[in-house]
Amino acid sequence: MGRYVIRRLLQMIPVFIGATLLIFLMVNVMGDPIAGLCGDRQCDPATATQLRKEFGLDKPVWQQYATYMGNVFTGDFGTAFNGQEVTELMSTAFPVTIRLTVVAIVFEVVIGIALGVITGLRRGRPVDTGVLLITLVVISVPTFVTGLLLQLLLGVKWGWISPSVSSDAPFDELIVPGLVLASVSLAYVTRLTRTSIAENRRADYVRTAVAKGLPRRRVITRHLLRNSLIPVVTFIGTDIGALMGGAIVTERIFNIHGVGFQLYQGILRQNTQTVVGFVTVLVLVFLVANLLVDLLYAVLDPRIRYA
Amino acid sequence: MRGATHARWAVCATAAALAATACGGGGDGGDSGGGGDGSGVLSSSWGDPQNPLEPANTNEVQGGKVLDMLFRGLKRYDAETGKANDMLAEKIETSDSQNFTVTVKSGWTFSNGEAVSAKSFVDAWNYGASLKNNQKNAYFFGYIDGYDKVHPEDGGKQTADTLSGLKVTGDNTFTVKLNQKFSTFPDTLGYAAFAPLPKAFFDDHATWLKKPVGNGPYTIDSYAKGSVMKMRKWDKYPGEDKAENGGVDLKVYTDNNTAYTDLMAGNLDLVDDVPAAQLKNAKSDLGDRYINTPAGIIQTLAFPFYDKNWDKDGMEKVRTGLSMAINRKQITETIFQKTRTPATDWTSPVLGEAGGFKEGLCGDACEYDPAKAKKMIADGGGLPGGQVKISYNADTGSHKEWVDAVCNSVNNALGNDKACVGNPVGTFADFRNQITQSKMSGPFRAGWQMDYPLIQNFLQPLYYTNASSNDGKWTSKEFDDLVDKANAETDQPKAISLFQQAEEVLRDDMGAIPLWYQNGSAGYSDRISNVALNPFSLPVYNEIKVS
Repeated sequence: MGRYVIRRLLQMIPVFIGATLLIFLMVNVMGDPIAGLCGDRQCDPATATQLRKEFGLDKPVWQQYATYMGNVFTGDFGTAFNGQEVTELMSTAFPVTIRLTVVAIVFEVVIGIALGVITGLRRGRPVDTGVLLITLVVISVPTFVTGLLLQLLLGVKWGWISPSVSSDAPFDELIVPGLVLASVSLAYVTRLTRTSIAENRRADYVRTAVAKGLPRRRVITRHLLRNSLIPVVTFIGTDIGALMGGAIVTERIFNIHGVGFQLYQGILRQNTQTVVGFVTVLVLVFLVANLLVDLLYAVLDPRIRYA
Repeated sequence: MRGATHARWAVCATAAALAATACGGGGDGGDSGGGGDGSGVLSSSWGDPQNPLEPANTNEVQGGKVLDMLFRGLKRYDAETGKANDMLAEKIETSDSQNFTVTVKSGWTFSNGEAVSAKSFVDAWNYGASLKNNQKNAYFFGYIDGYDKVHPEDGGKQTADTLSGLKVTGDNTFTVKLNQKFSTFPDTLGYAAFAPLPKAFFDDHATWLKKPVGNGPYTIDSYAKGSVMKMRKWDKYPGEDKAENGGVDLKVYTDNNTAYTDLMAGNLDLVDDVPAAQLKNAKSDLGDRYINTPAGIIQTLAFPFYDKNWDKDGMEKVRTGLSMAINRKQITETIFQKTRTPATDWTSPVLGEAGGFKEGLCGDACEYDPAKAKKMIADGGGLPGGQVKISYNADTGSHKEWVDAVCNSVNNALGNDKACVGNPVGTFADFRNQITQSKMSGPFRAGWQMDYPLIQNFLQPLYYTNASSNDGKWTSKEFDDLVDKANAETDQPKAISLFQQAEEVLRDDMGAIPLWYQNGSAGYSDRISNVALNPFSLPVYNEIKVS
């Protein structure tokens, strides 16, 4: 197992370098960011040259990338155009997004798996059909519609919540945004669990467990659910990364100053340092989440071994 | 794995705890209302400033908002008329429109106790002009003698650190020598770039940037970058225009739609930029608490005069024809819900007639007349390549809607579905890139927000040969001469009439199509009153009363 982890960690290096290089090149082909810095007028050429020099934009791309990567390994992610260190932006944005992601994942795990188990065990019954219909609706309605609707109803019409999240973004304010963010994945988790449960219900080991006279509860949680969770865990693992980077719509609607918002600003202002810095961290999150998922397989199903 | 069960229970417990506090938030505006005694704090929407908050480095509205509360300069523009009145200036004298003697009022201090002297201004201006400080508004000091030494245009090495045209002659007096005659120069001094700076700015720049110190009616209480800036009334402010409220919390919003929603829910007191999608409802949602007043902003369509196709003889007819083919009235009413006014000259109504605004100066060329438009375009040799493409940036400002409407209007007038199409450019930076590299092949969106309420500011930076914002590279000797003459003219009415003559030259060649004047729009809660927007479409914060 130790060797497996080390091998996986080593594999991350090329993925990491490749991903950052790609992002770097993509932001670069968008053109000269200095042009957008002076508003609807042209920066005077001397100042523009000076700014280019300050941000290292006058060098060839490969050199910019080399310098950038060199700095990253010393913990220096560069400076955004408004004079803030990118690390400073990260230290404000990531905690908020992590809280939001935690809320979303908790919703996915608790509600998603619970609904999945219930429907999986009662296939074809009204509960099953009902939940299937609801998940279908949730999947097909775009997040911004759900988000704006909930914001309008709960925030403005009924006044149960504040329509926008304050700058501290404590957990209790993130519940509705978290639910909105989780909604689509939640529906997928429900459906994945349901299918998996329904499939494994007729497996030999479940029949054996029942025949042994184990209580129903124990059969379901220890035998049936544990074996059915592998596809679900895979999905949730990759979803962590997707939620953190892809929360842009939810973050905009509920005024959450998280990673999505910073990335959006960075792209609008064509700020290479911000975009590459944030994406670098997100790539790491993806890689680590994937590694954890792979390791969890062995916990769920001891037959899976790592050479 | 026995631990798995425990983990699951822990997760469930967390979820239960979360559910218990669910919907517990909200309803809390976070401000302690202070009654009508001027101590109440209001909250206002804000956007993340694009640049560090230095007076000579801030060129957009969001940073400008803060500077407007934090600083007072030599002059200040009247919130209603836009007239430049003396603020810190006791007097500004000149005999030749080129050499000015400025006397600063005594008794003013920065909020850290340091006195505002002539040196505070001269040091700040030298800092702003110096190339090595990368100040984006450095060009404001371009009229001052010696600018080419501290800010060499070719980006080469600067040969001086200070402007030779600035001299401190006493504690409260300094002289300014310009490199050309510029009679309205004193009126430009209300712009934020000309604000004075305290010693702390130069001594410890990094600390100052974290929490700027100025000499205006407000001080910064706390600043959490990217989320909220709390500005509080400065009790010892020596000026007449003291804050009527206890302070303003500027809250950064990711989207102005959310800000508007927060206003509706009672969590926010002031939104100074009503989103386009809400304009339709704003009147019924807010009633009297919706403001829609003219601002010094004009939208135009510029042409690439560096492209032979747009600069050959006869093209002025095509350009005029295009202008006539645009149904400004309909577009401003349906798309902009009357938050724009059809333009009939190249300035703005906020200047007032005395300031140089002349309604109808554009004449027939700006009247919708499809039949005549078609004829004019045909007379001029038709559209280059048979089609015009109007370029705009698609990322912000909902430009797509009006560009499509303009094209529709042109297509209808010409009876040709393909005569005009929109050409979206992904990001603003890329759009500006294409403009600065002279890569436009057809007309493109151009907007101008005035720096100071002067007719000069609407004409010279935009249409003078090789001027800083002459993006279309339009050039006319006659226009340039008239502008030079107007700048040298000390008699203001005469100067303005010369500027208007220059504007007529611009009209006859249709150097850019004026589209509409833009209004500022704002909405506010019933907690506050006496809200108004100044000609720069910024709320006049210090006059707002909190009940």
